[in-house]
Amino acid sequence: MAKATVREAEAYNMLVKGFHPPRQVARNFIKAYMVGGSICVVGQIILDYLVAKGVPFVQASSMTSSTMVFLGALLTGLGIYDEIGRFAGMGSALPITGFANSIVSPAMEFKREGFVLGVSARMFQIAGPVLVYGALSSIIVSILKVFVF
Amino acid sequence: MTLVRAFLVGGLLCGLAQLILDTTKANPAIIMVSAVSVGAVLSGLGLYGPLVTLGGAGATIPLTGFGHLLVTGMVEDATRSGLFGILTGGFRAASAALMAAIIFGYLMSVLFNPKG
Amino acid sequence: MLESMRRGSSTCVFREMPVIVSAAAVCGPKEGKGPLGPGFDLIYKDTLAGENSWEKAESRMARQAVEIALAKASLSNNDVDFLFAGDLLNQITASGFMGRELNIPFLGIYGACSTMIEGMGLAAALVAGGFARRAVAAASSHHDTAERQYRYPTEFGYQRAPTSQWTVTGAGAAVLANEGSGPRIESFTAGRIQDYGIIDPNDMGSAMAPAFVDTLCRHLEDMSRGPQDYDLVLSGDLGRIGSTVARHLLKEKGIDLTGVHEDSGLLVYEMTPEICSGASGCGCIATVFAAKVWKELSAGKLKRVLLIATGALHSPTTCQQNESIPSVAHAVSVLGV
Repeated sequence: MAKATVREAEAYNMLVKGFHPPRQVARNFIKAYMVGGSICVVGQIILDYLVAKGVPFVQASSMTSSTMVFLGALLTGLGIYDEIGRFAGMGSALPITGFANSIVSPAMEFKREGFVLGVSARMFQIAGPVLVYGALSSIIVSILKVFVF
Repeated sequence: MTLVRAFLVGGLLCGLAQLILDTTKANPAIIMVSAVSVGAVLSGLGLYGPLVTLGGAGATIPLTGFGHLLVTGMVEDATRSGLFGILTGGFRAASAALMAAIIFGYLMSVLFNPKG
Repeated sequence: MLESMRRGSSTCVFREMPVIVSAAAVCGPKEGKGPLGPGFDLIYKDTLAGENSWEKAESRMARQAVEIALAKASLSNNDVDFLFAGDLLNQITASGFMGRELNIPFLGIYGACSTMIEGMGLAAALVAGGFARRAVAAASSHHDTAERQYRYPTEFGYQRAPTSQWTVTGAGAAVLANEGSGPRIESFTAGRIQDYGIIDPNDMGSAMAPAFVDTLCRHLEDMSRGPQDYDLVLSGDLGRIGSTVARHLLKEKGIDLTGVHEDSGLLVYEMTPEICSGASGCGCIATVFAAKVWKELSAGKLKRVLLIATGALHSPTTCQQNESIPSVAHAVSVLGV
């Protein structure tokens, strides 16, 4: 049979699964924990410094995020962040530096296709959905919180 | 001490995200999207605020903190100016990080080429 | 009426066997450092190969492979009647843009990672049928062009799935002729598309294993042979997982490949964790054949080899639409000198 029936396909998928190498769940968890935690420590150092300088907390927090975005962007530009990501997985993808990486990497990647339809159009290839779902979920949550409960 | 707490909380969030990546079919993009939404929901339930108090940057730097930030901004503006505040509040609060991401993203693409 | 050269359900057996008078392989730095390194005819120091985009670099590698292969056989472009070429890029542009520079009648083909063997089979048929004196088959792939087309931007930081494979940056070309000395193509078995419902594009080895099994079985049946009649059965890029699955499926059918089978995907790189399940891409079997197997056939170290390249015929679009991955495998058997 060229195209397997649903049952054949299910059986084959089961068979194949047995040959997959096991995911190193515990090791990956620790790696993500270490790297993700360390990135947050860098953020905390910046935050503490700004607060100590007398910057109001909310503003200091925004400035910290922006600085972390800059660092993520720079490390992506230098070709280092993808190496960190290969090691740490979500440990470097989940912090806001990873959000910056998801914006800078397609921007750089599609530079050769031009600065309008390449860089700018592709920039939010991965970050776009994050913004869309961030907006959707937070709007629903806020409406419920402010006007319903 | 703030540093230790940031490490523990931030690391835990990243570790949990990794756990989901390794045990489900989700890809990194889907987890990033989900993290923002989860952060927004936790924020709405009043759980994320205490986490920020506890973990500091450890709670605000991961993308869950981005969801929390959006909700915080919306709720603030909505209590001040009603329903319209829902539309203005989110990105007002998140504006710095977003502008930084766009500007630095563009800048880096001008300065650097991908190395592969 | 012409006497048919068909045998069995799917195989062409050539009466006048086309000679593979030369073959050449070109690659990037990572492949150059691998076990096949010394066998390559040209190793580029970086993945851009002196061009300003990876697409151009891939096209350049493909062209270099053809030019070097022709030079090794002391032939010029005008001596070649057909060029079969293909790659993984949309609209096989690496090959088309290569053809622009070469001035050889050009037939673009797409069989994903099976392209090289598809090309060799078609070229052999034209030469054996008397329609060409010389024909060239070539295939190329490039890690970075494939990443940006099929996966994420190259600088995006994520962990590769352990089942995924690393696309070879490189190109291979083989020159077939109706006279001369060298290994000879004995037969060509064109595969039928198989789809066993694998959806994960990061597990192409599993998706392609049934195609490998189907074509191998057809070939052996058509030729009334067993695996032991070959010194080597070389698969394209099943990788570690695909190879294991394929051998398991074959055992169930009573065919034992132990000691005979090698997979090109496991020959290109040192198998570090980064490589995951192995190498892949059109350039995989193309370079392994040109840099290693062709030489061993020419030196008489191998007497009879079966090359079976598998290709996964999906696209990023079909994967996003949750379609399963159809796969194909083509085989040619080659006799050593």
